[in-house]
Amino acid sequence: MRYLPHTPQDIAEMLEKTGHDTMDDLFETIPEKFHIHGKMDLPQPLTEWELNAHMEELSQDMCAFPKNKIFLGAGSYPHYIPSLIPYLAGRSEFATAYTPYQPEISQGTLQGIYEFQTMITELLGTDVSTASHYDCGTALTEALLIALRKKKKLNKVAVSCLVHPHHRQIINTYFAPAGFEMVEIPMAADGTTDLDAVAAMDGIAAVAVQSPNFLGCIEDLGKVREIADTKKALFITSFTEGLAWGLLKNPGSFGADIVAGEGQSFGIPQSFGGPGLGILTAQKKYVRDLPGRLVGRTKDSHGEEGFVLTLSTREQHIRREKASSNICSNNGLNALTAGMYLATVGKKGIRELAQINHDKAVFLRDQLVDAGFEIAFERPFFNEFALKAPKGYGVKRQELKKKGILAGLSLECYYPALKNHYLFCATEVFSRQDMENLAKEVKNG
Amino acid sequence: MADVTGTSGLIFKEALLWEKSREGRCAFSIPTRDVPVADLDPELVGDAPDLPQLGEFDVVRHYTRLSQWNFGLDSGMYPLGSCTMKYNPKTNEVQAARPGFAGAHPMIDDELSQGALELLYNLEQYLAEITGMAATTLQPAAGAHGELTGMLVIHAYHEKQGHQRSKIIIPDTAHGTNPASASLCGYESVNIRSGPDGILTPEAVAAVMDEETAGIMITNPNTLGLFEENLREIADIVHAKGGLVYGDGANMNAIMGIVKPGDLGVDVIHFNLHKTFSTPHGGGGPGSGPISVVKELEPFLPVPRVKKTEDGFRLVHTNPDSIGRMLTFHGHFGVLIRAYAYIRSMGAKGLTDVSKFAVLNANYIKAGLRDDLDLPYDRPCMHECVFTDKKQVDDGVTTLDMAKRIMDYGFHPPTIYFPLVVHGAIMIEPTETESKETIDQFIDAFKAVVKEAKETPELLKKAPHLSKVSRLDEVTAARKPVLRG
Repeated sequence: MRYLPHTPQDIAEMLEKTGHDTMDDLFETIPEKFHIHGKMDLPQPLTEWELNAHMEELSQDMCAFPKNKIFLGAGSYPHYIPSLIPYLAGRSEFATAYTPYQPEISQGTLQGIYEFQTMITELLGTDVSTASHYDCGTALTEALLIALRKKKKLNKVAVSCLVHPHHRQIINTYFAPAGFEMVEIPMAADGTTDLDAVAAMDGIAAVAVQSPNFLGCIEDLGKVREIADTKKALFITSFTEGLAWGLLKNPGSFGADIVAGEGQSFGIPQSFGGPGLGILTAQKKYVRDLPGRLVGRTKDSHGEEGFVLTLSTREQHIRREKASSNICSNNGLNALTAGMYLATVGKKGIRELAQINHDKAVFLRDQLVDAGFEIAFERPFFNEFALKAPKGYGVKRQELKKKGILAGLSLECYYPALKNHYLFCATEVFSRQDMENLAKEVKNG
Repeated sequence: MADVTGTSGLIFKEALLWEKSREGRCAFSIPTRDVPVADLDPELVGDAPDLPQLGEFDVVRHYTRLSQWNFGLDSGMYPLGSCTMKYNPKTNEVQAARPGFAGAHPMIDDELSQGALELLYNLEQYLAEITGMAATTLQPAAGAHGELTGMLVIHAYHEKQGHQRSKIIIPDTAHGTNPASASLCGYESVNIRSGPDGILTPEAVAAVMDEETAGIMITNPNTLGLFEENLREIADIVHAKGGLVYGDGANMNAIMGIVKPGDLGVDVIHFNLHKTFSTPHGGGGPGSGPISVVKELEPFLPVPRVKKTEDGFRLVHTNPDSIGRMLTFHGHFGVLIRAYAYIRSMGAKGLTDVSKFAVLNANYIKAGLRDDLDLPYDRPCMHECVFTDKKQVDDGVTTLDMAKRIMDYGFHPPTIYFPLVVHGAIMIEPTETESKETIDQFIDAFKAVVKEAKETPELLKKAPHLSKVSRLDEVTAARKPVLRG
């Protein structure tokens, strides 16, 4: 096998040095009755060329961007990825390195992550960012756990029912053994969270809202801050479409305590949902409560600027069972990638790109309304929105699938009240013609 | 020392991104606007975030220079114990980047993602086969996330039995993430010590195992690089009291095709695909931490589950006993593709050879350095060996100094000060993909460092000398954190 360099002569010389007669003797401490002698029922090995053919075949058996038109966001967004991003992020000095525990020979990763932390906090209007988390759902869960640690006497958090349904599932999963409870805040008629309902909730450690929410609507974060204050609860907010902050007022400006998010839109392929990029940022006062790695700036023994992993006393390898989280590996390479993307689009690019996303989504919404859909919620949105479908749309949607068009996500299974409602998304990757075609197909019923 | 690969070279300084920014530059090809501008309510609009403004070439040169300050596995030998820094095959990168995978949306209908579902289903089967278990979930995002998933499964199992338990046994040779994962499930860690030869004894487990104890978390081979010879007996003791055995599979690289953890009584095991199955570590992730379980625990695995039916592969989203969901979508699919490609390239014989050569290389290093460094547990090792700085402390030289100095010779240092049970630990894991010549160079380099420790200890105290920066002030970094520019 080409990854294994040992020649018969190497093996003989090495065994002589170790004092073993055969390779099997190396495993003498394993009781004989448990030896399986290589018996595993696995397919025969493939050559590099056979593997290419096999994987090509599997990957062809997929509906995917850009071959197909997938008008769907819901936590995973199609965006253009500049060529320089995979080229640079794929450099083996970045990709094949371990966690930068030896800073003298890891300055590339460390400066790159420091720059990511800086740009992400600029984007979100917060003070500190961790070096990354797995994805938005797990980052949001960690944010809620911070609130529960800060408010030790409480065991409840209030979470909007318009937070991504999968994220709420993760929260429940993490909460179950600890006996924590997630109380869901219901939906108001305009497609946003019914914050007035929080007034009746007592003993909550945090109020958490996603904006833009799962239905695409932009939430009133200023009001969330007020409600959280009256409840003496932490104000936590999350997002799945990071590009929105190129246009919208950022969560930091509303005084969010902790902001969790998904960074997949920043140069990371959708890749069937992972690996994405969990973003976890907060106001300065929570810096020692944040789980996961942080990169800090310092100087070396000659006075040169440099970077290190810092505040690691919060982490599991030192604190073991008393750690703030068990997180160890994070999604560092994707954080670096997101940094590259933000540096590429820059101040000017992110604004224009965000505006184009909004424009395309409004255009698609108008086209679909013209084709017989009804507006479900009046509340403004960024690049995705919910509509009520005309009669018989379910059948039409199935037909469109055969033409390689995926037209919206049915919302009924997530929100039973939203019968015949679909969630659509448009980004810069859809042309006017793509959207007009879709509307025409719908109109032709 | 003609063979020393470490040497100085031209290294470029590079400013921070925003120091290079110039008003008006943009490295992005702005998509054509073919629809009218739709103004959003100005109340909702914020100022444009003040991101750096750079040209395309600025960005490329910036990150190219940064990359040159990094030591990657492709740059040189990276014998980090417990981290399994093996070669990351380049064909795996090609497979993960195929447009049909890279552009796949995770929430589209099952019939439109058959290729991905087939890959997931088969990878689950392969991992179960390699470990001798019944079922696998690929959802966990990293090793520690897999541990948490496994502990949640154990917690849910006991809940279902009608009697929740409060404690979990964790030996002193466990990974630091083990107790942290257990405590997230509300279990109190009962720490026990390994025996004098570094192996856990059945007696130590029997002394603490009771019906309030959920089970044991055990790493095999353990973090001393030793095979837990008594595992079957320990598992029987735990099972007899109704407990479960959690196997930390971080060190699976030593035993593929040699022994199946399922045969040893393990009920839940996690994998680190970024270790054993060759996917890149990425400077700290993304990794992937699937878990495999015995038949009895399958109902508790997270949803959705992939099922094979007569009309192809389907996702099953509900399962009454399931712990729920661990990650937003289907695990780190991009990482799973790479691991799948690796298993398909290796086959059963290839994977067995991996473990054999990993163990041969570690034993060869142990034999090569045993006269120079203190060997606390002189037993046959598996894929890694653990030394200490005991022979050097009298010269005022520590493990840290030797680790820093080995960089100047062109090697990444071994893992140091872990496991915690060994004072001044130097944990070396060469992996199977390093050749004899490279390992010989490493042994020679370490011998040279040991010689320097005696003759010129100051050289080690100030090492490394050839890296872009010298030792960094970590104390000030933590005392007055500067976490953004």
